[in-house]
Amino acid sequence: MIRFDNVTKVLGRKKVLDDISFEVGEGETFVIVGLSGAGKSVTLKHMIRLMRPDSGTISIEGEVINDLGRRELQNMRSKFGVLFQSAALLQWMSVRDNVALPLREHTKLDDTEILRRVDEKLALLSLDDAGDKFPADISGGMQKRAGLARAIIMDPQIVLYDEPTSGLDPVTSRRIDDLIVNMRKQLGITSVVVTHDLHSALAIGSKIMMLHKGKIVENATPADFMKSKNETVKSFLDSQYITKKGKWETMSHE
Amino acid sequence: MFMLLEATWFVQFAFGKRSRHETVTQLFITGIKSLAVITVVALFTGMILALQTGLELRRYGQEVYIGSAVAVSMIREMGPFMTGLIIAASVGSAIAAQLGTMTVSEEISALEVMSINPNRFLVMPRLVALALMMPVLTVYTNILGIVGGAVVGATQLGVSVTSYMDNATQFATNKDLYVGLFKAFIFGIIITTVSCHQGFMTTEGAVGVGKATRSSVIISFLVILVVGYMVTRLFYI
Repeated sequence: MIRFDNVTKVLGRKKVLDDISFEVGEGETFVIVGLSGAGKSVTLKHMIRLMRPDSGTISIEGEVINDLGRRELQNMRSKFGVLFQSAALLQWMSVRDNVALPLREHTKLDDTEILRRVDEKLALLSLDDAGDKFPADISGGMQKRAGLARAIIMDPQIVLYDEPTSGLDPVTSRRIDDLIVNMRKQLGITSVVVTHDLHSALAIGSKIMMLHKGKIVENATPADFMKSKNETVKSFLDSQYITKKGKWETMSHE
Repeated sequence: MFMLLEATWFVQFAFGKRSRHETVTQLFITGIKSLAVITVVALFTGMILALQTGLELRRYGQEVYIGSAVAVSMIREMGPFMTGLIIAASVGSAIAAQLGTMTVSEEISALEVMSINPNRFLVMPRLVALALMMPVLTVYTNILGIVGGAVVGATQLGVSVTSYMDNATQFATNKDLYVGLFKAFIFGIIITTVSCHQGFMTTEGAVGVGKATRSSVIISFLVILVVGYMVTRLFYI
């Protein structure tokens, strides 16, 4: 469904993506992990052509998107919903208006139908009472859920999540994880998740890919990822106190 | 091809209900919210002009001509120029700060991903509002400046309001008014273009927003000065 072939991207003097190739299958929850600056968010931005690769090709459903024209790009992007790290809600609009925005801009539905669909998505994300509030008046977790409601309002085939649990408390983080899993189960959505949180990655991912200094160091199922012999992966697992069985490891104080 | 795309946007903008609503909001922000500061600046600009020229003219017994001096200066140059500076500092800086914040918080990227053109959605309402409102505000500045001059003439220089106004209307021409309003229109476009560009180019978080805001004001001031001179040269030489 999404395919990167030998993609390289240089920003300034740094090679942020270094000849990477991978594929995301339909219906998968594909998780990209790695340290800060590893190239995770840059990879995500390439999928929706917010960035262009310096070399290599990126295909969505078999169509190379590197040089799409304006209209083709619009069609390609209509397949995607994106949850940004900061939720990226427009601050001067209520939550309901934010979620309704894509429908108002791209469909000819009347306002009653738009509000019906918006309220349906808000209910799905337990935001029934937040519709009239402004983004500044709701918590970070609610903002992320509102961002997710906006991301799925056009019923996209693929949803990209950029650090969906960053800055959230553990309970809210697990709730967001549940939502991502439910999106796949209920709506059959293909998901690509960028995260630092390995616990979250193991819980939701059908595949986990680790980037390090712009290169792919591992791309495997969660079970195989845990057994990886790659030193960078092992060190990443250790840093989050995860044992080979995927359990928490107690820190020794002796 | 590019022209065709721009035309498509303009049509989408002109017939969009949301765009009209946003334009009205921007007209309100530009027009009504700037009135207080424009009132003070315009009145005192007229008063200073009247006092300075009046004191000089009185040495030759020609103080009756302050009406024409103030009216022509205000209508040709000071009206559009002072209005441009005030709007660049108040509205232009606010535009740069808002769009800059939206850029660093990924709201602009979110619009692009939703296939909503930020130029149509954010720039066009501001461009239309400023291009329409600048000439209106300039007329207001001109009137208040002339009134301020009349007050100084009557109270400080012994020139009656009637003779001040007679003199003012005798020398200021329609061409002066039209050229002044044309400048105001151009200044509106300059302020929006510079401020939006600076906002969209913002990087480095809050520090970047500060830089974009400052740059938008400085660049707008400089471009207004240069373009103001060029328009004057074009129409009067």
